Amino acid sequence: MPFQGLDFLDVDSLLSEEEKAIRDTVRRWVDDAVMPIIAEHYLDGNFPMGLVPQMAELGLFGANLPEEYGCAGLNNVAYGLIMQELERGDSGVRSFASVQGALVMYPIYAFGSEEQKRAWLPRLASGEAVGCFGLTEPDYGSDPGGMLTTARETDDGWVLNGTKMWITNGSTAHVAVVWAKTGDIGDQASIRGFIVPTDTKGFSAKDQKGKLSLRASDTSELVLQDVHLPADAVLPKSKGLKSPLMCLTQARYGIAWGAVGSAMACYEEAVSYAKSRVAFKRPIGATQLQQARLAEMVTEITKAQLLCVQLGRLKDAGTMRPEQVSLAKRNNVNIATEVARETRRLLGANGILAEYQAMRHLANLESVYTYEGTHDIHTLVIGQAVTGLSAF
Amino acid sequence: MKIAVCIKRVPDTETRIKIGADGKSIVEDGVKFVLNPYDEYAIEEALQLKEKSGDGEVVAIAMGSAASQETIRGALAMGADRGILLQTDAVSVNPVTVAKVLAAELDGAGYDLILFGKYAVDDSSQAVGTIVSELLSLPSVSAIGHLELADGKGTAEREIEGGVEVVEFSLPAVVTADKGLNEPRYPALRGIMMAKKKPLEVKPVELGDGGMTVIQLALPPERPEGRIVGEGPDAVPALIEALRTEAKVL
Ligand SMILES: Cc1cc2nc3c(=O)[nH]c(=O)nc-3n(C[C@H](O)[C@H](O)[C@H](O)COP(=O)(O)OP(=O)(O)OC[C@H]3O[C@@H](n4cnc5c(N)ncnc54)[C@H](O)[C@@H]3O)c2cc1C
Repeated sequence: MPFQGLDFLDVDSLLSEEEKAIRDTVRRWVDDAVMPIIAEHYLDGNFPMGLVPQMAELGLFGANLPEEYGCAGLNNVAYGLIMQELERGDSGVRSFASVQGALVMYPIYAFGSEEQKRAWLPRLASGEAVGCFGLTEPDYGSDPGGMLTTARETDDGWVLNGTKMWITNGSTAHVAVVWAKTGDIGDQASIRGFIVPTDTKGFSAKDQKGKLSLRASDTSELVLQDVHLPADAVLPKSKGLKSPLMCLTQARYGIAWGAVGSAMACYEEAVSYAKSRVAFKRPIGATQLQQARLAEMVTEITKAQLLCVQLGRLKDAGTMRPEQVSLAKRNNVNIATEVARETRRLLGANGILAEYQAMRHLANLESVYTYEGTHDIHTLVIGQAVTGLSAF
Repeated sequence: MKIAVCIKRVPDTETRIKIGADGKSIVEDGVKFVLNPYDEYAIEEALQLKEKSGDGEVVAIAMGSAASQETIRGALAMGADRGILLQTDAVSVNPVTVAKVLAAELDGAGYDLILFGKYAVDDSSQAVGTIVSELLSLPSVSAIGHLELADGKGTAEREIEGGVEVVEFSLPAVVTADKGLNEPRYPALRGIMMAKKKPLEVKPVELGDGGMTVIQLALPPERPEGRIVGEGPDAVPALIEALRTEAKVL
């Protein structure tokens, strides 16, 4: 049965024909290409690389970047709908697209030279090159400004040293956007971004073993040991911690939408199960307890959908503020996790199987809850925005 | 190479159909409409032929209400060059009536090949493409699974009972596409945006009832719930017995 989606409040009427057509196309592709294989990849603990050329063909990578660099040039609502549909399949598939588009292509687009853009963006859009984004370090996650990775300028370029941790696509990537301090270790303003081809001497990546979440995704540790780079490896317009944070705003925007996708997947599974599973001689969906569960889900998902559309319109108008993205990421990932958990419970024992989706989404969403700014950190961003006082 | 693809807007086969109060039509509210699945093969084939030949034009033609514009946009998003909507709110159950309207549009427009899906999944009449070829006095091959064009000639393969029939024909011609002819592409997202800018001509048409009217629509009877007759090899005799006496399929 193809995915039907959920639209309790006719949120579709807020979308243009093209936006809906784009959503429906990706939805169909996820049904055809992702759903039949995802559980197996999840259990095997690897990303379905076979999807990459198809995703590129559809134009999913960096879809909101301009056509002159080989991208689809879509607006941000259409981009968000793509993320929603991808995450309906699996957070790992959406993560791949988020990293490629928002964390690798975006910084090259926003902070790169014209040569860097021409060299990398079409290759990344076509899936010929896979990218990763190295900001987090073993000792610096929520507080990336404390990073210890350094970039020292030499006569003919740069030398990078440091360790990056929890890097999505790290072992798969052909190119890494690595953030490093070019000045004093206490100087956050000296943080700059570097384009590091992963076959450069001194660069190594190691798969992060033992994950119980986002299993259909490559998460790796990067080690940079005296990595020599040419002078033009630096992203010329990157300057200070603000630059990687701008990338995170892009990715978080997509996550706010993506979370709605996984919530919708779980909700659909919950409704269908509630209507067909019989206990005490009636469908469990005919009981008040399970209806309360479903009513809660439909309410929260609908609110999250409205949040996304409005956020997208603000982004397209160029007026979106980072704390608004924090609000949406924080809320939507949180409710999606709740929806996944309640679905898992509604499904009884079946809810723990990979044959159903809820527990896979639930486990995935625990990563999504933590990455791209933990729930707590977004609480503090919103708190600071409303009080003007920092509580970090 | 100028290719026409005739396409139709139909209810999604996954949609649960409701019959209207008049008992003669389906309730369209809340029904999702899609491009007829067999027409997707026809469009894909046309696009591949155009791509192979290096130039040419693919025109998507639909007859139906204004809502069919969306269906044509879908074909344009896949890569068709322009669209024509033969617009009418009338619905005819007689395929001859529909074929006449399409033939009038196709006649004299210089198409080398006219493609249809082998049937539309809504009324499954399986007739319109073939009747169009008759009206235009063109050769036609229905339900093709393979197509080659060379030197003004076409060779098509169609599955027949227990084998494959290979048919050669001269161009121009009409063919109707079966499943398996190709693997229809997803429209690229950029294609969806560009489809808006491609020409779509709307021409009002008149449609007679063709001497046929729908008297009644009825849903198939609800299937009775399944029953588990037993488990493992021991249950086989009971199953055979049930299939023989209850289901009467053996
Ligand atoms: C699957 C996965 C993929 C990832 N992919 C990438 C990637 O591609 N690139 C990349 O750079 N990073 C990536 N990350 C890293 C991710 O962004 C970090 O894990 C995240 O920022 C949190 O950092 P941390 O794990 O070090 O937690 P910590 O910062 O150590 O936080 C631990 C706990 O303390 C809380 N906390 C922290 N500071 C405060 C405070 N001031 N007040 C109150 N509570 C606080 C946090 O909310 C959390 O609950 C990924 C992580 C995961 C799990």
